[in-house]
Amino acid sequence: MELIQQLVNGISLGSIYALIALGYTMVYGIVKLINFAHGDVFMVGSFVGFYSITVLHLPFLVSLILSMAACAVFGVLIERIAYKPLRNATRIAALITAIGVSLLIEYGFIYVRGAQPEAYPGDVLPEHAIQIFGAKINSQSLLILGVSVALMIILQFIVHKTKIGKAMRAVSFDAEAARLMGINVDRTISATFAIGSALAGAAGVVFGVYYIKIEPLMGVIPGLKAFVAAVLGGIGIIPGAMVGGLLLGVIESLVSAFGYSLWRDGAAFIVLILILIFLPSGLFGKYKREKV
Amino acid sequence: MAVFKQAKFFWSSIVISLVLFAVVQILITGGMLNLFYVNTLVFIAINIMLAVSLHLIIGITGQFSIGHAGFLAVGAYASGIITMKLEMPFISALIIGGIVAAIAGFIIGFPSLRLKGDYLAIATLGFGEIVRILFLNLDYVGGASGMQVNHLTTWPWVFGCMLVAILVIVNFTNSTHGRACISIREDETAADAMGINTTYYKVTAFVIGAFFAGVAGGLYAHNFYIIQPSNFGFLKSFDILIFVVLGGLGSLSGSVIAAILLTVISTFLQDYPETRMIIYSLVLIVVMLYRPQGLMGTKEITSVFSRGQKLKGGKKDGKGQTVA
Repeated sequence: MELIQQLVNGISLGSIYALIALGYTMVYGIVKLINFAHGDVFMVGSFVGFYSITVLHLPFLVSLILSMAACAVFGVLIERIAYKPLRNATRIAALITAIGVSLLIEYGFIYVRGAQPEAYPGDVLPEHAIQIFGAKINSQSLLILGVSVALMIILQFIVHKTKIGKAMRAVSFDAEAARLMGINVDRTISATFAIGSALAGAAGVVFGVYYIKIEPLMGVIPGLKAFVAAVLGGIGIIPGAMVGGLLLGVIESLVSAFGYSLWRDGAAFIVLILILIFLPSGLFGKYKREKV
Repeated sequence: MAVFKQAKFFWSSIVISLVLFAVVQILITGGMLNLFYVNTLVFIAINIMLAVSLHLIIGITGQFSIGHAGFLAVGAYASGIITMKLEMPFISALIIGGIVAAIAGFIIGFPSLRLKGDYLAIATLGFGEIVRILFLNLDYVGGASGMQVNHLTTWPWVFGCMLVAILVIVNFTNSTHGRACISIREDETAADAMGINTTYYKVTAFVIGAFFAGVAGGLYAHNFYIIQPSNFGFLKSFDILIFVVLGGLGSLSGSVIAAILLTVISTFLQDYPETRMIIYSLVLIVVMLYRPQGLMGTKEITSVFSRGQKLKGGKKDGKGQTVA
């Protein structure tokens, strides 16, 4: 029964990874940039949620939406200020800028507010234990799963049924051709950053509610792992990020369930290296032959 | 005579550096430099070693590795085990630290160097984290609380190792092998088509870089009284990466200059770690936005003195920026 419980924990954690990974994968799909600052957007979202729950006394759902909106604006700002001038620069220059932006957000945040951690209040969501097959399942983990699934369905709807989603798919397929077809590429890229960052913000609030403790450097490790999840599913592919996130969460909790909890951070990176060596285009990716 | 003329520059730079070494050594023995300055000098030399070893991998061979702190950690722990647990002399610790790091470089490099660009970067980042977590879980080396190490690193050791590292990497770069590595940086497919064994050269550069990072790790470990896995997080890798990128990808003297500058800056900002990181990151962003080729581009400082034999830069795009 321990195992089922760990599986449920893994799925909750995995859905948080999946939400962050979606932002990575969308941004990578459209501008071919590993947005290292994405983990820090997640952190900012978590803090916005924290302050709106404790200071403004807003209910959970309103805080979630507020945090998503704040993160969307934040994401677009990052894109406009730091990444847009580098649109035609080399990949390495863009990657290093992303690292710089990430460090700037982390330490700027610490500089402004201090490095001390905060704790989400425990009574944000009602907590019931539900017994299924003898395993105790926390209602919070079900709610996290529910929020994540709902957001993913909304995302699928946006990407496949709306005009901006169509534009996003077109730009990620071929930015030049999309521009020739009259698509405003810059606006589409900003929209991608906004949506991805909003999802990271939601993940931040959900993370805070579930794991209580938040701190300015909390985004680093989940950010990296979410990137692993995105690579696992095939970077640039939206369903891949969801599956990759869930899979990674389950793998991690299984590693802790078998008593190697100190190794769980390592497990993600070992998965990453194995995937990169044996299946570099990910679970859902197609193998592309290099053209000269 | 011709041989002497060709080597004149080489010998004169060695003489200059030995004079520099002697001056500093006299100042130290004369007690004119206090411990703070000596420590800063040792730090500068270690960082120069790290910078030039990563320069060989990123700047010359064009393989984007951001897990260099992993090799530093391997070298540090290996040499620490040699001196503390096996009680062997310091020199063997440095050499074995380097060799163990080189073996780690081979094990990592051989499979992962098939990857390109971003994927290689992430794989090496993952490797660095795995190394850190490995040492965190090894009780033999003290786990999270770290490992006690004697203070053995002195200025002559550091300077000697740094000089050897620079000499080997400069000579490697100017050899046939170095040319092959540069051709891989410029265009891997074309290099492959010209009959260059790209995997061999990429792994060679990676192993040499890892070796010197390992030696630097030995010096780094014996400069403190304790080494902990948290010293080798990926922030450390970024620090080293910043030296190379800021100095100019492909410029050895650039990475040396950047290592000196940034070490001095961060020593003076030691008491304000947040300010230091903010300045670091702002410098990184501003340099990438306005001077993506770094301080020196692909030029060497020596090309300022000898205009005739300029080093050719990398592939340029329309704006005169090096394409990696």
